[in-house]
This record gives sequence, C-alpha cells and structure tokens, in this order.
Amino acid sequence: MENQNDTLAIAERWKGEGRELALATVIETWGSAPRPVGSHLVIDSEGNFEGSVSGGCVEGAVVFEAVEAIETGKAKVLEFGVADETAWEVGLSCGGKIRVYVEPVTGSAAG
Amino acid sequence: METSLLERINEARQSRQAVAVITDIATGHQQLVTPQTVLEGELATEVGKRFRSAKSGVVTVNDKETFIQVHVPSPRLLIIGAVHISQALVPMAQSCEFDITVIDPRTAFASEERFPGVDLLAEWPQEVLEERPLDAFTALVAVTHDPKIDDIPLQQALAANCFYIGALGSRKTHGKRLDRFAQAGISSADMERIHAPIGLDIGASSPAEIAVSVMAEIIATLRKGDAA
Repeated sequence: MENQNDTLAIAERWKGEGRELALATVIETWGSAPRPVGSHLVIDSEGNFEGSVSGGCVEGAVVFEAVEAIETGKAKVLEFGVADETAWEVGLSCGGKIRVYVEPVTGSAAG
Repeated sequence: METSLLERINEARQSRQAVAVITDIATGHQQLVTPQTVLEGELATEVGKRFRSAKSGVVTVNDKETFIQVHVPSPRLLIIGAVHISQALVPMAQSCEFDITVIDPRTAFASEERFPGVDLLAEWPQEVLEERPLDAFTALVAVTHDPKIDDIPLQQALAANCFYIGALGSRKTHGKRLDRFAQAGISSADMERIHAPIGLDIGASSPAEIAVSVMAEIIATLRKGDAA
C-alpha cells in the first residue's frame, strides 16, 4: 500500500501517469532548519507538489525553479537563508539555512 | 534522476534493503549502491560511514562535491491484539512511516474488514515470531489484555532488545504480569524496559486518545532512547 506521506512513492506513481516531474532534495542544513537532509518535494510541470523541504517557507520558490528544471532538463542547487529583504526574496523565518538540489526526473516509467 | 533509478530506490525501500544514491552535484551523475557494493578509496569510507549512521549529507570526494543519500529500512511496529486501540494506532503509525504488522489469534478481531490493507495475521504470536524474528528496529505493543496472547511476545521482545516494548493494562494488571515474568526467570532490569501502563501520561481516555499516547511514547523512545 502506498504511504500517503511517501514522496518517492508518489513520484513513481505520477511518473507512471505520464506526468513530467522534478525532484527537490534537502542536501545541507545549518542552524534550525525545519526539515532534515534527505527530505523531498516532488513537483510536476503544472506546479502541483507533494512533500516538503521546509515548513512551507520556501516551497513556492522551489516549485518555480523545479518547473524551470523540467523545461530545461538541467539540475541545479538552490540556497535559502534567513528572510532578509536585501538578500533574499524568500527565506526561512526560523533563522536556518538550507541547500536544495533540484533535478528533473528523466526517462519514462517501466510500466 | 532517471525514472529507472527512482523505481529501483522504491523497490529497495519496499523490500527493506538499505541503499544509497550517490550524486555528483556538478554533473548530476548518479549511482545506486548497497552496503555490499565495492567502491574505491575516500568514497568507500564516506559511504560506509553514512550507511552506519543512517545520515545523508554532502561530502567532498576527489575534489567533487558529492551528495550521499542513504535509505535505510523504516522501523517496524508489531501490534499484538487487533483491538479498538489498534484500529486507531495503525493509521497514525502508517503516517509516521512504520512498517506495521498486527497479530491476533482471535479471528473475530483479526478481520480484514476491521483492518483493511494491513499486514494482519490471525495466528498465535509465538508461531509468527518463529518465522519473523524480532529485532532492535522493532517496537512491540501488546494490547490484548490476555496473558495467554501477550506474555510470550513481550518476553521475546525483551530477549530481542526491541527498541520499544509497551503493554496495556492497569498498574495492578502489570504487577501480576511482573510476578509471572519473575517466575519465568526474567530479570528485574529487563522488566523495567516494559512501558506499562502503556503510553505517555496525557490523560488519554478513548481508544484514539490512547493510540496518540502510545504513538508519542514510541517516537520519544525511538528518538531519545529509553530515558524518554
């Protein structure tokens, strides 16, 4: 049975439905980051998403970058820090800092 | 990530096998490895360390920034007793990503209708545990109220060093249980490892509230150890 919270299982199911996807993964954290290293967010080309990489603080920006990664087919690393108008558009109000790896999920499902 | 890699990761997780994905962040090149995969030099050391600690992270290997994500099996929850509390506990434990098995030899309780989609066995616990031994990554919860059903799996959980062992029943019921266990030769140090009355003291009264207190106690023990 698919776990309702299992982001990687959801990713596989979405891929099986023929949706274009990107996977975002927390790869590093500093300070009081809300989600641990290895946490995933899966995003489709329409901007639908499941999972989390923060407590909801930066998901909007990650989804935007992920949709772009699906279009370009290129992976990238995003960094988010403390919310600060001068340095960041979006940030983590908890005062932590995170790095997120965003990659397109390529190829098709085995079916 | 290739879809085929995603499928292989999920397959390993489903079958409770440890795997790691090694990503070269600059190139996006990825490799799936198991603890048995032979790697070279620094990478072998780093991956070995990550498997042992079950912690993912970024390391620099041969001047390349590398992300190692380990997927280790999720903790197991074995529930002895297909009772009302168990019906509330199962979905909570599923949300917390436990692998769950419910055992109750009483077929009226252990019915598919009461536990849809759950790994449910209408057998005596000692028979099941012969086939599927307990381990330190398992939490055992005994909630039948019936010593004939609960006692043996509780004793086996102590012997297998399950990370959490909980038993339903009042202080009086538990006192009688401890008398029986002492007669069976269980040490008092071992008996102290049984959480009874089961669950954190939050004044729980309904089956669902008791399930919340049990789930919270299991997580506290998993994350903070027996001092919790």
